[in-house]
Amino acid sequence: MSGNLLQVEDLRVTFPTRTGAIEAVRGVSFSLGRERLGIVGESGSGKSQTGRAIMQLTPPQAKVSAKKLSFDGIDLLTASAAERRALRGKRIAMILQDPKYSLDPVMTIGRQIVETLRTHEKVGRAEARERTLAMLEAVQIRDPKRVFDLHPHEVSGGMGQRAMIAMMLIAGPELMIADEPTSALDVTVQLDVLAILDKLVSERGMGLIFISHDLRLVSSFCDRVIVMYAGKVVEQLKASELSNAQHPYTRGLLNCMPRIGDDRHPLPVLERKPEWAA
Amino acid sequence: MSAVDSHTAAPGGSARAAGIAMAIGRFLLIAITTYLGLLAVTFFIGRVIPIDPVLAVLGDRARADVVERTRREMGLDLPLIEQFYIYVKNALSGNFGTSVLTTNPVMVDIRRVFPATIELATVGTLIGTLIGVPLGVLAAVKRGSFIDQIVRVIGLVGYSVPIFWLGLLGLVLFYAKLQWVAFPGRLDIVYQYTFTPITGFYLLDAAWQGQWDVFRDALRHIILPAALLGYFSLAYISRMTRSFMLNELAQEYIVAARAKGLSETRIIWAHALRNAAVPLITVIALSYAGLLEGSVLTETVFAWPGIGLYITNSLQNADMNAVLGGTIIIGSVFIAINLLSDLLYQVLDPRTKSA
Repeated sequence: MSGNLLQVEDLRVTFPTRTGAIEAVRGVSFSLGRERLGIVGESGSGKSQTGRAIMQLTPPQAKVSAKKLSFDGIDLLTASAAERRALRGKRIAMILQDPKYSLDPVMTIGRQIVETLRTHEKVGRAEARERTLAMLEAVQIRDPKRVFDLHPHEVSGGMGQRAMIAMMLIAGPELMIADEPTSALDVTVQLDVLAILDKLVSERGMGLIFISHDLRLVSSFCDRVIVMYAGKVVEQLKASELSNAQHPYTRGLLNCMPRIGDDRHPLPVLERKPEWAA
Repeated sequence: MSAVDSHTAAPGGSARAAGIAMAIGRFLLIAITTYLGLLAVTFFIGRVIPIDPVLAVLGDRARADVVERTRREMGLDLPLIEQFYIYVKNALSGNFGTSVLTTNPVMVDIRRVFPATIELATVGTLIGTLIGVPLGVLAAVKRGSFIDQIVRVIGLVGYSVPIFWLGLLGLVLFYAKLQWVAFPGRLDIVYQYTFTPITGFYLLDAAWQGQWDVFRDALRHIILPAALLGYFSLAYISRMTRSFMLNELAQEYIVAARAKGLSETRIIWAHALRNAAVPLITVIALSYAGLLEGSVLTETVFAWPGIGLYITNSLQNADMNAVLGGTIIIGSVFIAINLLSDLLYQVLDPRTKSA
């Protein structure tokens, strides 16, 4: 696939601490077209910080540097705060992990979605409400009028995450970064939410970066997979070819997945070799 | 505000109204028990302190039979439980007896002095909130910066410098030297005889009657003591605002709001502060109630005829009816403010309604 939407070259995210700088992301490079890219890795592998660095949402004390970080020809590193803000929500959006924490608890769901829309488009109250209701329907919320006036604590996790998707999709972004969008949900709801995300992303021809620790989910959902370890990309391959992965870390991850009817003893343990991180 | 509007317009509005009605009922119950407790404590204090109420009324030269008769008239020969019953009954109807010092019924005195304190505390709290909250927000947003340090010092000074000292200093500077403010008291003597207050809140009364010269004079009198009380509560409010804001700014919904492309201004004021406002209400209410208790020192320095000054004077003259009456009134107001802040908490935080 062509990498015309997003280009990332040698991305580094560094956190200064008292005991010295910690490099969370150490030279990640990839490019993305209107396709689905999965980023997998264990906790602390830098996959979330990669996603946040693209959105320029890393904490203020973090240092982000890259040889190239551009979205549709716009250099994200030199863009002004106002330019970046205009991109966020409008052209690049992000779904966070847990709707319980990522929705404002004292604002109704409807108002939070309307807020995204009216930040980026000049629309009247009535039209914003109409489009929000339509968006809620698009994420398969059955009674949008009722949900519009509910507060986040009044809906289930699955419903909350759908509202989150609606909130991030309503301004029609071209790139969506989904940071563990289903990890906080019940297993039964995960597939529903994924199906909705899948449908909307393909209908709208968006690019998607799907960050997850769930290798199987990523391989079934994405076109391409990047495997990260200790802030580096250790392997990049097509999702369909995941079973042929070469890197021992990827093979280790694959090996850890349980198989039905396979009663393995002892359970395999993931190997971590320092030279992979070098 | 529109958040509240959309609640009432919501389909679940009636359920919410019922929930609030329930909450009010529960709070009233709590308030009544607290109030009874307050009465019991004040009654107990009135009986154990070594001040003989009969002696206070008659002086130490009265004849023995007069003392005995007065004791009976005051109901002091009755069993304690009966005395308490009468005490509660009187207190509930606002009858706290007569002040020995002023010879007025205590309630009449309180109606005169309490508005002065309320007015001072209200203006003080307004100043403290309107300046303290933005300062706290600023300190949180610019955490660790020079501005944060300045706000920290402002808060520290306000918290640790004695208020009477600041008050005297303020009088020397702004009244004696610069003549920006008026001398101690509530009004200039010229106006004290021409102006008839209705509620006792001079600012309100003057504005209501359209007497703008009186209004300006009352403002010139209240501004310095209110600014000092305001500074004192600002110190506390700004520290608490800063800490609540830091807590909110670290939440995930702030990241989500940034991902939506909202401006920092909107994120800070419409999202973070709106959430921080929930605990902040309690802080402001308690600080307000604290000022209502009568800031004796401020009222003394500024000759402000408020309830703090009234109770202190009464106490020095062993005028127990006035002291206990004043205590009960202050206690009642304290209970009422707590109740109000709890209700406001419910309105501001939708999560409490299902609890």
